[in-house]
Amino acid sequence: MNIAVCVKQIPDPATPYTLDPDTHFVVRPDDQVLDDTDRYGIEMGLQLAEQTEGTVTVVSMGPEGTMQGIRTALAMGADKAVLVSDPALRGSGALVTARVLAKAIEREGVDLVIAGTESTDGYTGVVPQMLAELLGMPSLTFARKVEVTDGKVRIERQTANGYDVVEGPTPAVVAVTAGVVEPRYPTFKGIMQAKSKPVDQPSLADLGLDATQVGAAGSGQDITEVRPAPEREAGRKVKDEGEAHLEIVKVLEQAKVL
Amino acid sequence: MRFLIFSDGTGGAPSSTSLEMLTKARGLGECEVFFVGAGSDDAWAALGAHGASTVHHLDPGDALPAAAAAAALEGLAGEFDAVLFGLGYTDRDVAGRLAARIDRPVISNAVDFDASGSFSVVNEILGGTTQVVTTYTADSPHLVVVRPKSFVAEPGDEDAPDVVAVDPPDVGAAGSATVMERHTEEATGPKLEEAAIIVSGGRGLGEPEKFEMMNELAGLLGAAVGATRAIVDAGWVPYSYQVGQTGKTVRPAVYIACGISGAMQHLVGMKDSDTIIAINKDEEAPIFGVADLGVVGDVHDVVPKLIEALKSRSR
Repeated sequence: MNIAVCVKQIPDPATPYTLDPDTHFVVRPDDQVLDDTDRYGIEMGLQLAEQTEGTVTVVSMGPEGTMQGIRTALAMGADKAVLVSDPALRGSGALVTARVLAKAIEREGVDLVIAGTESTDGYTGVVPQMLAELLGMPSLTFARKVEVTDGKVRIERQTANGYDVVEGPTPAVVAVTAGVVEPRYPTFKGIMQAKSKPVDQPSLADLGLDATQVGAAGSGQDITEVRPAPEREAGRKVKDEGEAHLEIVKVLEQAKVL
Repeated sequence: MRFLIFSDGTGGAPSSTSLEMLTKARGLGECEVFFVGAGSDDAWAALGAHGASTVHHLDPGDALPAAAAAAALEGLAGEFDAVLFGLGYTDRDVAGRLAARIDRPVISNAVDFDASGSFSVVNEILGGTTQVVTTYTADSPHLVVVRPKSFVAEPGDEDAPDVVAVDPPDVGAAGSATVMERHTEEATGPKLEEAAIIVSGGRGLGEPEKFEMMNELAGLLGAAVGATRAIVDAGWVPYSYQVGQTGKTVRPAVYIACGISGAMQHLVGMKDSDTIIAINKDEEAPIFGVADLGVVGDVHDVVPKLIEALKSRSR
């Protein structure tokens, strides 16, 4: 089974990001890392590929940067990567992202597409579903367990009060939650091998897209204002020297819940 | 303005976010609802009372409804200025598929919208510290995904709605995912979304066994129990406990965060609680930035003493 896993390189969450005051684009540092939640999708893809003697291709859109995130995915064991990286893509919204990923995936011809539920930096949380619609596939979303047998994919889909068992035919898009599997750490051998694994970098033209369909202009939305949210004032801070629980009781009394 | 509001009724009743969105939108224009689920007279009455003039009803049976719902919406959405979704699972599935189908952008995580000028949407980024106002340059219908509890649902004195049955269109393979089994993981005590008090635990508890303290404290307070994504992912407690971006959004009178550092993903789910009490060892933990009372200390010292103090009060 040939599997595409969608991943995103994001600014290191340890370095907080900002918005450019003029363009309202996210200012991204060069040292982009693999979105931590993508490790679950990669691990899931690797396990299913191992069971079915298949391959894993990581597919990503975003600035090239140091490619640290893509290399991490390859070091975990993915066979190859496709990175669509064009300056015209800057400012793209979720639907443009999905369209670019769909075009890149169509070129690969895959049996299963795996994505995370949402990215850690943008979290629009709708890209996997858009991707499924564009590819004409069912979307099996919010999966906390995934199994593949005989051309069918079966998941446990989280619901507000529990979970449903959902089954569909392949090819399909599966969106996994963090926690679906325990991601492996890249081994030293994996890290060395990743350096020579192929990274395909198709241009927009290779994907049959032109610059007017993508980026901020092609995304159909415009940020008109960025402002601080009404601030919640931090209250008192007390250091526990054995009696801090009494302070909590006092606050509970003031809130009239005792 | 004409609004079409998506309501996930797979649990029977209309989603609470759909009633919240109706309450807001009915002051700005005319509202109709697209309801997915079995439906009932009670559901229609609730939607009508909150401002829906018409309910378009699609019963998907055991099909995972997203693809068929998006196809049915394709024909309908063009009659509206905006189509509003909640952040629920089925809501997001349908919003994404519809956006791709009709080639319109969707703005996610909205906390407010405004129709006084060009239709605009407010959402919060950076853990709720920054608000971004976005307008649509694409033609209507404008698609919005709204965070739960952004508005307070209040029934008005509206009439019962017209109910129009919608046949699920055949969408081939895309619509062929089927629900084989449904499982409910019952939590004891009050529901997270409805509780006046929430006791929530995070990684700072150290080990799964220590989560029992949360249950004991919650029992004494009549509180619901919540958790961070970190410990849900680690398998300490079921997913239904999760508070945050990917879990539940809560607004209790009192939120007690125990051993929670305050990752952005958690803060967005609880920062609008009336009173926040946080206990954490790390003086620099971001949770203290939103806490009315921040206790810098070890949860393993403070919580057992709090439990004892509450027990002695009730004696």
